[in-house]
Amino acid sequence: MLKELLTRQKSVIVDNWVRRILGSYPSDSLKFLTSQKDRFANPIGCTITSNAGAIFDELLGESDTGVAESLVTEIVRIRAVQDFSPSQAIRFVFDLKEAIQDVIGKDLRESGHCGELEDLDFRIDNLGLSAFDSYMSAREKVFQIRMNELKSRSLQAMVQNGGVGQDD
Amino acid sequence: MSGPKLKPEELAGKISHEIPRKRPTEPSVEFKHGTYNYSGTPKSAEYLQLPNPRKWQPTDPDWQLPENWKQIILEGLRDRLQRFRSLQIFMDVCVRCGACADKCHFFIGSGDPKNMPVMRAELLRSVYRNDFTFAGKILGKFAGARELTVDVIKEWFYYFYQCTQCRRCSVFCPYGIDTAEITILVRELLSLIGVNIDWIVTPVANSFRTGNHLGIQPHGFKDSIDFAVDELESITGIRVEAPINKKGAEILFITPSADYFGSPHYYTLLGYLALFHEIGLDYTWSTYASEGGNFGSFISHDLMKSLNAKMYAEARRLGVKWILGGECGHMWRVVHQYMDTMNGPADFLEEPVSPVTGTRFENARSTKMVHICEFTSDLIKNGKITLDKSRNDHRRVTFHDSCNPARAFGLIEEPRYIIRNSCNHFFEMPENTIKAQTFCCGSGAGLGTDENLEMRLRGGLPRANAVKFVKEKHAVNFLGCICAIDKATLPPLMEYWVGGVDVGGVHELVGNALVMKGEKERTTDLRGDPLETNGTAAE
Repeated sequence: MLKELLTRQKSVIVDNWVRRILGSYPSDSLKFLTSQKDRFANPIGCTITSNAGAIFDELLGESDTGVAESLVTEIVRIRAVQDFSPSQAIRFVFDLKEAIQDVIGKDLRESGHCGELEDLDFRIDNLGLSAFDSYMSAREKVFQIRMNELKSRSLQAMVQNGGVGQDD
Repeated sequence: MSGPKLKPEELAGKISHEIPRKRPTEPSVEFKHGTYNYSGTPKSAEYLQLPNPRKWQPTDPDWQLPENWKQIILEGLRDRLQRFRSLQIFMDVCVRCGACADKCHFFIGSGDPKNMPVMRAELLRSVYRNDFTFAGKILGKFAGARELTVDVIKEWFYYFYQCTQCRRCSVFCPYGIDTAEITILVRELLSLIGVNIDWIVTPVANSFRTGNHLGIQPHGFKDSIDFAVDELESITGIRVEAPINKKGAEILFITPSADYFGSPHYYTLLGYLALFHEIGLDYTWSTYASEGGNFGSFISHDLMKSLNAKMYAEARRLGVKWILGGECGHMWRVVHQYMDTMNGPADFLEEPVSPVTGTRFENARSTKMVHICEFTSDLIKNGKITLDKSRNDHRRVTFHDSCNPARAFGLIEEPRYIIRNSCNHFFEMPENTIKAQTFCCGSGAGLGTDENLEMRLRGGLPRANAVKFVKEKHAVNFLGCICAIDKATLPPLMEYWVGGVDVGGVHELVGNALVMKGEKERTTDLRGDPLETNGTAAE
């Protein structure tokens, strides 16, 4: 029942989910993020839209292949350097639960199949945990890069100061 | 923990996942670490005799502006509106068609609407309307006007230091509004009240003091060049000459100082040295014109003019015939778009003619300055150098058009011609990310600091996204470019967004491929990495 509903309503659920994720950006930018379909002109909107659909497909699959995690990571890496707090940056994974409830929640409750969501919720929660790992890894990378830049600048300064002819 | 305990669903409900939304006309900026540049040090500001030198930071509540700061800004704006007719037109002519709106890499990478070029310019335009137009004075905010306040100044500082003056937006503007010029003028206004960033004022002060932005003195310069000569000898077996301050040389060569002090720029320097030796060029380096980069152009017309004049003063002193310029970015915008009316025409020099091919560079008739890519592609076209492309077979190359050479100088085909003749594996990025539409590195115009890294990563996303595409499609592992800022800031961009892609100059590839008379068998490239094959000279 659940899988059938999810498959049938996939595009509606994914649209709902994408709308929620893009809704975290300023409203004046929404039109661009949702309507520009060129992936090179709109990397944020296109990555989120295309990865959301692919993540959903992976979640419907029988086994965890790790693909969903890497798709989540691509979105997280973008949000990790934007104006979001950590919780805001990874909340999009959990938004999927609300999107699913929005679209098929009523059908599931009326048919008494709500319990079937437990397994999917568990997989989404795990994906949320992996998003947290990805976020931390992205932030560590930012600071590592910054540290490397500082080190190379210090080295440069030392070479300059150690050289002949520095006047101060 | 204090306070009432919340159930998980109540807690989740309290988490807002929206950026705080305010009316675009309300100035409000939060200076978060990683997204702004540190202020100019008083020492450098004093050296340049800039107004209001003091210790301050953008995060300070009180920026210690002069008492009459508002008067200074408004009088400064009035003065510039009278002096620069272009500014008056830029203020009046925009019809908000939106053609530029989604073209800025900072908007594309951040989703912040104030980074739409039209909105960024509106930050100044609203003040212009308020104080300089009849409609604005009468109708106020209904005519899009707003009063100049300290918060507006803070907003200017935040957003006009999120513009790299790359001019991609100008390509799409039907009126040709040059947002880079608006940025320069707003920064110039901010400078009048002592609001500057250190990665501009200190490099400018250094350039005045020692000739280059790193503050390297003549002895240090010579050491660097001598070291490169030694290193090139160990790779090629050939000891080249690198004349410094040689009076009467035919050509003065000027390149960014990072070429002789930064990595991966240094490998491009080795390429220059090998090339000049091979063609027997009568040229000289200069310890005074030891910087191509014009950091003054980021902040003020006067400073830009002075630093540009320095190059020509040195050409006059050394008595050369013309100037050859290296792989630099904004130096070429200044030379091509401003020099002629600012310091030129350089009538004391001769119209450049290649001493090797006899080609007359008519395009440089007035500025007397030729780009190294024009020069080298002419050598290749005339069969004057031998290139063994297989020596770059370990490189699968794509080319990033550096903004200023591409958009401000029109240098599109020459670097590609050189790359195609130096490498077997060259792959273009998608058309709407290269040539005149190239995406900026996100770190130009003084923004390439470590403290501003997060903002740089946002601004660099569109460029990196295109590199990632060709990496995945063609296994590209080398990003070529012809700008010192690119070479400094694309590597961290690649590290964050792509991985496994080296960055380097076009003349590094030339240096790898160049077959030099009497050279020993090359076993490594200019970086010291082993060659895949020991190829023979290309036919």
